[in-house]
Amino acid sequence: MNRQAQAAVLFLLGATLLHAGLTDLYLRYVKAGLRPLLLLSGAVLIAAALATVWYERRGPGGHAGHREPRVSWLLAVPVLALILVAPPALGSYSAVRTGTALQEPYGFTKLPESGPLRLALADYAGRAVYDDGRSLRDRQLKITGFVALDRDGTPYLVRMTLNCCAADAQPVKVGLTGHIPPVLQPDTWLEVTGTYTARRTHDPVNDGPIPFIEVTEARPVAEPRDPYDETWNS
Amino acid sequence: MAVTKSPPTQGAASSAGPEEPQGRRLDSPLVLITVLVLAVLAQGPIRRMLGAPVMQTWTTVFVAVVVQALPFLVLGVLLSAAIAVFVPPSFFARALPGRPALAVPVAGAAGAVLPGCECASVPVAGALIRRGVTPAAALAFLLSAPAVNPIVLTATAVAFPDNPEMVPARLVASLLVACAMGWLWLRLGRTDWLRPPARSSYDGQGRGAAFWGSVRHDVMHAGGFLVLGAIAAATLKAVVPETWLRTAADNPVVAVLALAALAVLLSICSEADAFVAASLTQFSLTARLAFLVVGPMVDLKLFAMQAGTFGRDFALRFAPATFALAVPVSVLTGAVLL
Repeated sequence: MNRQAQAAVLFLLGATLLHAGLTDLYLRYVKAGLRPLLLLSGAVLIAAALATVWYERRGPGGHAGHREPRVSWLLAVPVLALILVAPPALGSYSAVRTGTALQEPYGFTKLPESGPLRLALADYAGRAVYDDGRSLRDRQLKITGFVALDRDGTPYLVRMTLNCCAADAQPVKVGLTGHIPPVLQPDTWLEVTGTYTARRTHDPVNDGPIPFIEVTEARPVAEPRDPYDETWNS
Repeated sequence: MAVTKSPPTQGAASSAGPEEPQGRRLDSPLVLITVLVLAVLAQGPIRRMLGAPVMQTWTTVFVAVVVQALPFLVLGVLLSAAIAVFVPPSFFARALPGRPALAVPVAGAAGAVLPGCECASVPVAGALIRRGVTPAAALAFLLSAPAVNPIVLTATAVAFPDNPEMVPARLVASLLVACAMGWLWLRLGRTDWLRPPARSSYDGQGRGAAFWGSVRHDVMHAGGFLVLGAIAAATLKAVVPETWLRTAADNPVVAVLALAALAVLLSICSEADAFVAASLTQFSLTARLAFLVVGPMVDLKLFAMQAGTFGRDFALRFAPATFALAVPVSVLTGAVLL
């Protein structure tokens, strides 16, 4: 690969990172906190591309013939994957194959007293399993996540939690019972209204606890801006 | 204005053959444009092909690993270029003890100041060797930096709220392995395994040209191998079911080996691996410690990048030796501290 091609690849790579960082695209793959670094590295790559062209035009240096190995061509693959395909955030396929990552929370913040309660899915699961639903009883609850169907057909509402990038994303699952919609399409995002139930099961993958929610209403919603739950990051 | 004079036939999986100045010169931009145009024309079929859940997961994890690692790689590359261009070799001669056996633990402990994951430490270690730091010390730094810096240790503490002893255990085991590998290199290592580092190829160039030349070279080189490692890691994540692990967890010996192997295959960033280890609840703490110690030192992505930076001869010896050392050290540390 000669210098011009290297400059072109560096430029494309930098531009792709900037594109991902300036739109919400990057949230499908990495944590929100990585954004400044992402933009910075995109800018550095573009600067390196421009510098390469600049110094090349001022005349070849001492080792003009030197090239990078062919493996450098692989850098074009993520560019193509991001620009052309822009794969979606991880969904039901990986959720069913990975064990629930529910962990005991440090403590439970006090919930507002009245009205229907909107909770993060992992927050509901944590309170249901490790607080025996004490703060949830006799209340209308709303949680949002995507649908995943277990091998035996059990429907789950899932939110993937993320610590760094999608390679370490892990699901938190809540089982659905009660008035479940007759047709459940995996990967559809639902806002579920329901009540706490003491029913539990164990994740067939890692034996982790999975609480249930008694569904009264399920409404399809758009995928949230950040498809991952990053509350455990902070 | 080239930065390092790596022999083109070594190391790289498919390195360019002898240079063919006339033919290739026009070729590569042409190839690049052809590839881009073809990909744009064929995007419909490509999207359909990637529509299956397995392929979608594969692509997402692949892109995620690359997007996550690139900023840290760029950070490491900038630091490495700065070391190569602005820090005189005499600085390291003064900063590190003269006796290599003493320089190893000092360099290992110095790993604590490089905040980031393993992608940043490879180019920095390469620059250190080029700057005349004894390879044993640079290698100790390479191994310890991704595991013992404050960010990673804090993440470990957050991931294991009920087992705070995981933090000192990880610190101690990682430092032990890093120093032991440094000393092992002093006894057994041979410099001809390392791709010969470029001599001061910056002489006679402006500092700007040398700096950006170094950045370009390192990104193209290590970046290509990073992509290779991301491909391998995504394949494993998308294809191998986690249920296989359950059977391994029952036997304590198999459990340690299984998680150590998993750490190699998954190639998770060292800033995030503690959270994954925490969720592997069916495994013993010792097995999870092995996961945390092996992961930042040996994994597919790292192996590919080491092969790219230091040469394949080196990586083929260094990575298995590190693995063989990291597993028993983790078990011993686990037995004492956990």
